[in-house]
Amino acid sequence: MAICRIDTSACKGCGLCVNACPKGILALDDHNLNAKGYPPARLTQAELCIGCAVCATMCPDCAITVER
Amino acid sequence: MAVVFEKPKALANVPLHYCPGCTHGIAHRLVAQALDALDCADNTIGVAPVGCAVFAYDYFNCDMQEAAHGRAPAVATGIKRVCPESVVFTYQGDGDLAAIGLAEITSAAMRGENITVIFINNAIYGMTGGQMAPTTLVGQKATTAPYGRQLVGQGSPIRVSEMIATLDGATYVERVSLHDAANVNRAKRAVEKAFRRQIEKKGFSMVEILSTCPTNWGLSPVEALNYIIKEQMLPVYPLGVLKEE
Ligand SMILES: Cc1ncc(C[n+]2csc(CCOP(=O)(O)OP(=O)(O)O)c2C)c(N)n1
Ligand code: SF4
Ligand code: SF4
Repeated sequence: MAICRIDTSACKGCGLCVNACPKGILALDDHNLNAKGYPPARLTQAELCIGCAVCATMCPDCAITVER
Repeated sequence: MAVVFEKPKALANVPLHYCPGCTHGIAHRLVAQALDALDCADNTIGVAPVGCAVFAYDYFNCDMQEAAHGRAPAVATGIKRVCPESVVFTYQGDGDLAAIGLAEITSAAMRGENITVIFINNAIYGMTGGQMAPTTLVGQKATTAPYGRQLVGQGSPIRVSEMIATLDGATYVERVSLHDAANVNRAKRAVEKAFRRQIEKKGFSMVEILSTCPTNWGLSPVEALNYIIKEQMLPVYPLGVLKEE
């Protein structure tokens, strides 16, 4: 059981986490831009998260917190 | 459940101004993680450069000082000599450190100042809009090298870490990269080691971090990691420890 939380207000939609996630369960949400105008990263299948924190390791804006 | 990743305490809780996907943000986090791991943020003084990282003085929960372009190692020298028990570091880009500040970094390393230098090599001047740096790759386009850097007339890139490692005063020099999570974790260990060695009074330490500038390279953040760092920078700037004594 793992929880990956994305602070969508801090996200800049760069896609580095999406590219890095080994489970392929992150995606940029082009339909709900944040207040900065970026498409924030969201989990598409949160239950598949293994808590490896590879996404958070690659996030330049520290927008991701991971618990396991 | 336990927290396996969260924002380090030494990183200020303010949004970074960097472009989306710019790995300056990852490098900042590595510095903050090192200060947390060594529990020394309260006793640390950082020196910010001129370049995109100019606002670094707002991003760390430690004392910070801004320096004139390229002069961070000279300013850090003064601070360290007055406050020898403080942990002192500079954070500098390649325009700052390898061009206008080449004399200062060389002299500080020669003197063996017990400071830590975090050197961000993105092979370009980011802040001013993508001019050629001494570290720009042969063939790489820049606003001042519109056909790509030419070997004849503009020469090939300076490998600063190799050069600094030849100086007796430098005791730890390592080059790392941020192009994937495994390398970010390696970079994290190198940054922490550089700070730990300073606390152990082992002398001048420098970590060169290969970093991206997606905006001025004209690539997406992911392409910047793959095409430039992985395929083009690594052959010119090999990773690893250049000196440890
Ligand atoms: C004395 C002086 N000369 C030139 C400049 C213009 N200038 C500002 S930042 C910069 C280069 C920054 O490049 P780099 O150090 O590689 O940092 P980056 O922005 O890529 O992180 C230059 C030439 C200046 N601010 N001061
Ligand atoms: S790496 Fe960070 S800033 Fe970039 S898309 Fe993912 S959460 Fe957003
Ligand atoms: S211009 Fe380049 S180095 Fe500067 S913040 Fe943007 S991507 Fe980063």
